[in-house]
Amino acid sequence: MTSESQHSSSPSTPADDATLVKTGLADMLKGGVIMDVVTAEQAKIAQDAGAVAVMALERVPADIRAEGGVARMSDPGLIDSIIEAVSIPVMAKARIGHFVEAQVLQSLGVDYIDESEVLSPADYSHHIDKRGFTVPFVCGATNLGEALRRIAEGAAMIRSKGEAGTGDVSEATKHIRTISEEISRLHGLAETHPEELYAAAKELGAPLGLVEQTARAGHLPVVLFTAGGIATPADAAMMMQLGADGVFVGSGIFKSGNPAKRAAAIVAATNSYDDPDTIARVSRGLGEAMVGINVADLPAPHHLAERGW
Amino acid sequence: MTRVGVLGLQGGVREHLQMLRGLGAEAVPVRTPEDLTGPDGVRVDAMVLPGGESSVIDRLLHLTGLFAPLQQALLAGLPALGTCAGLIELSKEVRNPAPGQQSLGVLGVEVDRNAFGPQIASRVATIDTEWGPVRGALIRAPQIMRVYPGSEPVARDAGVLLGARTGRVIGISFHPELTGDDTVHRAFLSSIF
Repeated sequence: MTSESQHSSSPSTPADDATLVKTGLADMLKGGVIMDVVTAEQAKIAQDAGAVAVMALERVPADIRAEGGVARMSDPGLIDSIIEAVSIPVMAKARIGHFVEAQVLQSLGVDYIDESEVLSPADYSHHIDKRGFTVPFVCGATNLGEALRRIAEGAAMIRSKGEAGTGDVSEATKHIRTISEEISRLHGLAETHPEELYAAAKELGAPLGLVEQTARAGHLPVVLFTAGGIATPADAAMMMQLGADGVFVGSGIFKSGNPAKRAAAIVAATNSYDDPDTIARVSRGLGEAMVGINVADLPAPHHLAERGW
Repeated sequence: MTRVGVLGLQGGVREHLQMLRGLGAEAVPVRTPEDLTGPDGVRVDAMVLPGGESSVIDRLLHLTGLFAPLQQALLAGLPALGTCAGLIELSKEVRNPAPGQQSLGVLGVEVDRNAFGPQIASRVATIDTEWGPVRGALIRAPQIMRVYPGSEPVARDAGVLLGARTGRVIGISFHPELTGDDTVHRAFLSSIF
């Protein structure tokens, strides 16, 4: 097919172009590590360690767990200072459903908004309608149906949720495996029993068009990162081997003994995820990892991953 | 068959591999010095440097030991195409580098990183290139501020320089691999031999 015929068969619309620049930035983050930071100083440490982007927030998830209370969007002054401090993309978190926090973050000029279960939800029925924004959104998901619902609302990037602020990677593993297995099943159906995709869409609670698109492609229509409990270089490499396009590290870096060294080691292991010699080399002498909480010991109301629907 | 390496450290690697394969080239990711050079010399006929975060790609080039052999191969005449962060990595001078950020210095231009501002300024445009109009995505894109003698502009949009060539090395600010417009890749492949 020539480039001319590609053009004539699928002319792009302004809406297509808007989506393309949103998903396109996520494409450029692939293979990278996105790090939670709460100060401009931490943002610089993250950038120097090789972070592909930083996530500006008021408290890291481990502190939100420890201190309790309502967790909200960060102070705009803090976000300004982080944007000023680094040249890599800056993301910031808005509460689930809090479209005005999202409007504020867009006006601050952040590069990506994370509509995040780590903050206290602002709406228990509706997520933000993300399609009307110029700034792109990343959203969490524990399974394929949830991921496709977020994409239908306009999310340009998905991160599997894991259980933030625990340092326990087991939920991250469960969620990335669940999403991958559900996609494999759809991909199989697309080849053998495409007529069953209608029922699959109903079971997933997701729009048929997105279900068909995912089934045909064998992957999500947007980039898929993993988050929630990643604390070591080996954790990050395992997520990459399980098929993640990249990783978010929250409390794991700045709640550890030597944040700069650990951050650089996680970047190296994410890149060399299939090379155990390199992972071993960078894992030496990193100092204390974050203390961590076993997810199994968490009382049910403290499961952040269950926020969002 | 033409064998093209795509620098596979970080960023939009898959999109270039797919586009090159769609045009009949053998496209392989290059992630280690061994992927680039073997006992018989350089193992690829050309290199593509994809978009991504330029400071991270530069860091990983050093971490993996790829920086020096890649620079050597490019200086010896290996053809290369860089998009966005790939353009920055190929350039002689980088304005607003991240602390410690270097570049390969084989494309005779000065580029300004993130010249257009934050993500909300990102857009898709039809860009005027020497190969004809090309649909490209400008995503937190760099801009070429200056082209040094011995190099030439190859793409522009409303007077803003978005592409240049030095010998067999080409760098562009935009992403044709995201829009599916294969004009640039087609021209690059046909220029290799």
